[in-house]
Amino acid sequence: MKMTGAEALVKSLEIEEVEYIFGYPGGAILPVYDALKDSSIRHILTRCEQGAAHAASGYARVSRKVGVCMATSGPGATNLVTGIATAYMDSIPIVAITGQVATSVIGKDVFQEVDITGATAPFTKHNYLVKNPNDIPKIVKEAFYIASTGRPGPVLIDLPKDVAEAKINFKYPEKVVLRGYKPNVVGHPKQIQKAAELINKARCPVICAGGGINMAGAEDILFELATKANIPVVTTLMGIGSFPSDHPLYMGMLGMHGLASANKIVTDSDLLIAAGARFADRSVGKIDGFAPKAKIIHIDIDPAEIGKNVKPDIPIVGDVKQVLGEIAKNVQPKAPSTWNKYAANLKKEAEYKGLEDKDKLDPIEIIRTLSDKTKGKAIITTEVGMHQMWTAQHYEFIKPRTFISSGGLGTMGYGLPAAMGVQIANRDALVINICGDGSIQMNLNEMATIVENDLPVKMILFNNSGLGLVRQLQEFYCDKRYNQVFFKFVPDFTKITEGYNIKSMRIEKQDEVSDAIDTMLSHDGPFLLECIIDIHKNVYPMVLTGSPINEMIGG
Amino acid sequence: MKTTLSVLVENQPGVLFRIAGLFSRRGFNIDSLAVGTTENPDISRMTIVVDGDENVVEQVKKQLNKLIDVIKVSKIVPEDSVTRELVLIKVDADSHMRSEIIQIAEIFRASIVDVSQKSLTIELTGDKDKVSAFEELLRPFGIKELVRTGVIAVNRGSNTIKIEEEA
Repeated sequence: MKMTGAEALVKSLEIEEVEYIFGYPGGAILPVYDALKDSSIRHILTRCEQGAAHAASGYARVSRKVGVCMATSGPGATNLVTGIATAYMDSIPIVAITGQVATSVIGKDVFQEVDITGATAPFTKHNYLVKNPNDIPKIVKEAFYIASTGRPGPVLIDLPKDVAEAKINFKYPEKVVLRGYKPNVVGHPKQIQKAAELINKARCPVICAGGGINMAGAEDILFELATKANIPVVTTLMGIGSFPSDHPLYMGMLGMHGLASANKIVTDSDLLIAAGARFADRSVGKIDGFAPKAKIIHIDIDPAEIGKNVKPDIPIVGDVKQVLGEIAKNVQPKAPSTWNKYAANLKKEAEYKGLEDKDKLDPIEIIRTLSDKTKGKAIITTEVGMHQMWTAQHYEFIKPRTFISSGGLGTMGYGLPAAMGVQIANRDALVINICGDGSIQMNLNEMATIVENDLPVKMILFNNSGLGLVRQLQEFYCDKRYNQVFFKFVPDFTKITEGYNIKSMRIEKQDEVSDAIDTMLSHDGPFLLECIIDIHKNVYPMVLTGSPINEMIGG
Repeated sequence: MKTTLSVLVENQPGVLFRIAGLFSRRGFNIDSLAVGTTENPDISRMTIVVDGDENVVEQVKKQLNKLIDVIKVSKIVPEDSVTRELVLIKVDADSHMRSEIIQIAEIFRASIVDVSQKSLTIELTGDKDKVSAFEELLRPFGIKELVRTGVIAVNRGSNTIKIEEEA
């Protein structure tokens, strides 16, 4: 079948069962948008390309499918960059397609030309500059395979305009042949055996569940292993939701702003089973003081993560679902022990004590009320900042892949566009973006996309007229020499939402919270609930740079 | 500590950029890097000398392996391999000094590849130590220019670093 390169691209995407593309058109990508006009694939027009990349990422994280975003050359492509880097740091499978100027003028600095494969090489799993139109089907097939297998990640395809216009004979390859890419998914049986033996012998074991559990769909097998041997579970920020928060074995999120129960149990453990986690600096604090008495089993699909930050006693490279499954088979059931009693005590000590000042509007109370009212079952996206940490600490996530947040890169402006992708992947779900007034202003424009596509995304805005978490850092590290963290002007968010045709409500007192949340939840359509909070409220616990995680301020 | 890695890569544009970028981004130190095609024109072979301890070299190997265009990474064991480097040296040589320089070159089995009134250009092949020793001996005469290719290496015996072709 003869067709243009652009048609071949769209046809290939259809074969890969792409349902949605988040994108923004432009000159160099004209042929692709022309071909898309006749496709069954739905294109969601965002208001900035960055929003398209984050939406694809949110879509991928809840659906466990590859998210697709698209932009034109030059500024379109560079606007995708933050979204691609965000996806790379959190191992999210997305395919980004960019238009490029014609091959004959590449390198001549023509209008809207940028070397996007060069720019994104450090934070894509792989990228392609398509030079031969006949390669398009093969490249699309490879891109989806690379993005979604092994340790997932973003892949970029840069398509010059003349390549998109050239005629080719379309033939979609049946399989991918990549001699340089063979992800190892099956864990070594001997290592698995050794791991099971260590678990059976351990008196104080802890599981640290990372984002890999959510990504691999390994939550059921994690639950089986933990409950079979009564092993307490902590999660990383990315691992939240992989183990139900209301379960007695759950100890909370660990790390810099982790719960005291989680940080202490890890420090006291004699065996740490890190599953689909990468020992990120924000999770482990000072490495020498991290789980100092524990032997470490490290399960990860990416061999390069093994030994990168923490040296494990038993490294296991493989798909975390398969490996945990094999380990669970070989682990003996164990009744609750004194270790579990100790864990329960730590949990009790770390329990939220409630407010001293009941009148003041408190973000933690708001999140706890929301958690109760939604029974921990909403899909929550966040931006980056205090609201993100309070959500991670206090919303009781029951189900996997319901906490959608930028972990590794810490990208402000992630939550709102990600929520669009989440809602599109799951039309019936209750999707709530919890945000701050700093972050929401980074991709505020996507409110238009939300309304245009009838997405009933809810937003809870903690407005403290500034950048709370940076202010907190300046309080501790700069001796309260606050700089550039208080906004002198804050827009009227209820007026902004009015302009976007979004219902909103502003509250300033604690006794308004319950009714306000009810109003928001019962509203059919998008809704913004603005909560005025104090910028001087800190996020605790807090582990200072260079301290081990059991040395917490406010823990 | 210096470690020599032999890296088989797809012979495609952009590969060298990815590898160089990986080294700079992750703060790995390269001593030298030599690249050229192999007996299979689709595959290039890079010989990279890395400076770093065992953990660093292990990370370098793993990170290189993550690149899709990298097919195989092998560590070269010095005792079991032959390593060579080619160097071109242009040295000050007026008529008084010329014969002395030629004598040194002969001892090292280097060849004179260009002569002028005031200079000699000498080509030498050898391992790192031999090249360094030669350089030191020529230094007093005045080295005008020195170019090295970087080390390349191959295993001794019938051992080869090749990709396993798929059936």
